[in-house]
Amino acid sequence: MKPASFDYLRPATVADALAALAAGGDDARVIAGGQSLMPMLNMRLVQPRLLIDLGRLEELRTLRADDGWLTVGAAVTQAEVLARPTLAREVPLLAAALPWVGHFQTRNRGTLCGSVAHADPSAETPLCLVATGGEVVLRSAKRRRTVAAADFFLGPLTTVKAADEIVECIRFPLARPGSGHAFREQSMRHGDFAITACAATVDDRTASLGVGGVADRPTLRSWPLVDGGLPPDLDDALNVFAWDLGGDDDQHATARYRRDLVRRIGRTVLEEALSCRR
Amino acid sequence: MPPLTFLQTSPQTPPVLAAETRHAVSIILNGKPRTGHAHPRLLLSDFLRHELGAHGTRVGCEHGVCGACTVRVDGVAVRACLTLAVQADGRSIDTVEGLVEANEGRMTALQEAFRRHHALQCGFCTAGILMSLTDYLGRNPKPTEEELRDMLSGHLCRCTGYAGIVRAVMDVTGQTVSEVSHV
Repeated sequence: MKPASFDYLRPATVADALAALAAGGDDARVIAGGQSLMPMLNMRLVQPRLLIDLGRLEELRTLRADDGWLTVGAAVTQAEVLARPTLAREVPLLAAALPWVGHFQTRNRGTLCGSVAHADPSAETPLCLVATGGEVVLRSAKRRRTVAAADFFLGPLTTVKAADEIVECIRFPLARPGSGHAFREQSMRHGDFAITACAATVDDRTASLGVGGVADRPTLRSWPLVDGGLPPDLDDALNVFAWDLGGDDDQHATARYRRDLVRRIGRTVLEEALSCRR
Repeated sequence: MPPLTFLQTSPQTPPVLAAETRHAVSIILNGKPRTGHAHPRLLLSDFLRHELGAHGTRVGCEHGVCGACTVRVDGVAVRACLTLAVQADGRSIDTVEGLVEANEGRMTALQEAFRRHHALQCGFCTAGILMSLTDYLGRNPKPTEEELRDMLSGHLCRCTGYAGIVRAVMDVTGQTVSEVSHV
């Protein structure tokens, strides 16, 4: 499996990358870590005429926490974010989820923004971005705009990002004191795509559960706490959520199995998040 | 698509590398400067093997799953099949051949431990596992068995059942291995 032919550009500035992307239109693709795009190139599922490499752009290597947000630039790898000593305090859900992303060897190159732009419904980073109420910053040669994660994903490999835009950075809100977070997923082998992934956040009033791998995009639902605990009818609430997600049978798992995983892993992560509130 | 030769970019940006042309790619391979030629679509794994004759790196699944082609780029273990040769231009690439070359022609302690513990049979996956381990053990010199098995999940070995590999790494890091790992 080898990629089809393409021209290759390694721009020295983001402005040059965006000019090339505007000129290339639908025939151009950007690559950063390449851990989603390269398999698709190798399998010839995508055949761009121009590949624009963002991987070495210092301008896209932002990784900082300020003004209540953790900002992650397009060229920052999953390994770099995971190695950030303060991550578990800043965005504990992301700290819990990143070890589930691929393998040690792919996290060394794969980027968070690339995973968000790729928009696989079972990917961990888009799920965390939706579950935390994060944002996607899009930039083209003409403009920059910020889109809420909840509005960014439209379906499998489909987002509101236009052909001339790149995901310049993504922004996770810093965790509020007193909130608890937990992440778990079920896959055929560790590092494989999740059959179902669950991300829970519990604060002093609300329990939220984000689910990936079932619906066509990461989906979030929240319930008010009852007497400081999870709702007494949580099993029914999770069952309704599992059916509402409308998962399908595919080569990995049946819809019925996915519903069961939402009920079981959903409860597990919500209880874990409740118990680890600080 | 408009011809990109007319693309207005800043002077620092190098020209577009045309798909049909073989472009010079220079890397530091196991400490030595090497130059070969590559179409933009050529994978780093194929560049190492077919252009530079460095056959130690194996090619398996070519979509990042099996781990056979793992090499170190600027010290970091990555999949050579998910990296383009042109992306590696100017980088330091370490492959399995470099382990012995950097150790005065003798096998490293890790390789000796692999031999002692039968951590390989056909050997197809071994080069990639060794390159992952040299990066990983540099960051985490005494991994627990659980941490090690998590890292090894990025490599497929169909001969050993991983038990020998785990034993070899535990041995070389001065740790004992639990009985469970013999399964």
